[in-house]
Amino acid sequence: MNKLLLRSRQLAAVTWKNVRVYYTEPPVLIFGLFFPFFLFLAFAFGRGSGPAELMPAFLGITLFFTGSSVGPFITPWETRTRTLERLLTSPAPFSLLILGDVLAGFIFGLALSLLIVTGGFFFLGVQPGSILTLLLALLPGSFCFAALGSLFSALPTDKPANVMMLSNIVRLPLIFLSGVFMPLADLPGGLRFLALFSPLTYTVDLLDLTYSNTSYLNPSMALLMSCLFTLTILAGALTWHKRSLLTRL
Amino acid sequence: MNSEQAIEVTDLKKYYDDFPAVNGISFSVERGDFFGFLGPNGAGKTTTVRVLTGILPPTAGEARVMGYDIEKSAPAAKEQLGVVPETVNTYPDLTPRENLWFSGRMYGMDSAKIEQRSSDLLQEFGLGDVEDVKTKEFSKGMRQRVALCGALLHEPQLLFLDEPTSGLDVQSARLIRTIISELNETGVTIYLMTHNIEEANRLCDRVAVINNGRIAAIDSPENLRADIQSTRSVEVVFAEAEDSPVPVDDLKGLPEVEKVEGTGKKFRIFSGSLDPLIKALSDYAAKHEREIVSLNTLDPSLEDAFVRLTGDSTAVRKGTDE
Repeated sequence: MNKLLLRSRQLAAVTWKNVRVYYTEPPVLIFGLFFPFFLFLAFAFGRGSGPAELMPAFLGITLFFTGSSVGPFITPWETRTRTLERLLTSPAPFSLLILGDVLAGFIFGLALSLLIVTGGFFFLGVQPGSILTLLLALLPGSFCFAALGSLFSALPTDKPANVMMLSNIVRLPLIFLSGVFMPLADLPGGLRFLALFSPLTYTVDLLDLTYSNTSYLNPSMALLMSCLFTLTILAGALTWHKRSLLTRL
Repeated sequence: MNSEQAIEVTDLKKYYDDFPAVNGISFSVERGDFFGFLGPNGAGKTTTVRVLTGILPPTAGEARVMGYDIEKSAPAAKEQLGVVPETVNTYPDLTPRENLWFSGRMYGMDSAKIEQRSSDLLQEFGLGDVEDVKTKEFSKGMRQRVALCGALLHEPQLLFLDEPTSGLDVQSARLIRTIISELNETGVTIYLMTHNIEEANRLCDRVAVINNGRIAAIDSPENLRADIQSTRSVEVVFAEAEDSPVPVDDLKGLPEVEKVEGTGKKFRIFSGSLDPLIKALSDYAAKHEREIVSLNTLDPSLEDAFVRLTGDSTAVRKGTDE
């Protein structure tokens, strides 16, 4: 069989399995849906801002949390249930298995974000200035955050709660650093510098450009950085998973 | 790739830090063999199979599966084999049909072929009526059957089975034994890891016994038993005595006795020479006014060979599911 076709089928199968099995797991629903929703409500309540001003923050939080919530659950859970060994005895390369986990997170994050975009358009009359800019913000952002979720799950444990806790220790500070709740321009100098090391910063800046036609960073630079973060985090996830694999078996 | 051997292992070593889980083993399994792999807990069975199935890399040595080096040509080797682990590893939130679809796609099968094979296998394994029920609703025996269907879906030439009947109900265990025997008759090589000596004795053409990370013996069950033929035994049952049971030390003191197992009224006495032992037992019973209810001479079993080779009488259990 053509190797490309074989790998495509394997990748699609792993992604499908993750979607079918893990999207409805309580930790994924709690940290991927409810948590960003209520976090956003806490931020927006009584603020007096219009839907168009709030949309980039809401989209940014949703994309960040939903995209990175699937990955932390999969590998520890599959270690515990021994389904990881089943995957490892299949002829699929290990990196493909991790990529399938990332794709599941990517689809989850993207689908929920597009749902919000659609709902915002039909119910609140908020429409993106440019579909292209919207996609350039959402696509690499979703992939990047899904890879981040997978990177967390390289922690060699069979307890998803441990990985979820670690992921929240990292994700929550990033929310406050990345221009979601406070525009980058209003952040103190030190924090503004730190914000450059958060992948969420670039996604939110591109979303600001999409909905408010304003951006703190150069859009091309923001897109480039978003893509670079995606590749770096994905490479990190693959490397760390390979290293931690032997300790989890 | 053509090779007469389904498995060729040469000086294979697998260390966990400094601990040698597998310490330089070499053996081969011919295509079409029904091969048993026995050993006490911690002997290195699971580690060996994890290396042979490409889950773990070896520390040193070489393992070839269906002619492919499992380390250098892992995907090609893995396409040829199916694996059923002891811990059932189906996805509980998927139905049998979905579990099989996933397995089939991982081996690159097209949908029509998966559908056809799935239907055939689920029927054969008695799961046709529950093919659309999530496997988390199933008993262990049913989930094990789903796992076996998944391992067979892509028609592997070599099947690894790790305690496939452990903890199963009688019907499931029998069905699985029957099906793997039939598979073997069609030319599929079976590699069976088991604690169940009786199962290995009944099914396997050849058996390897691993102990402390090394192969202690490898031969047919008959030859392994014959190797310890010099040690035969007598099973003797004394009548119930009101005052006291028969002291084991009395029996150990009889001529030609090598070992005594049992307490109370039933004993198994091992000896290199049975005739003097039987006479001594008869004399002992007469002298102590004990009645012998039954006395049988026993040939060595594969279990005896296993215990002799591993020195671990606690590691074996006889088949209890029938």
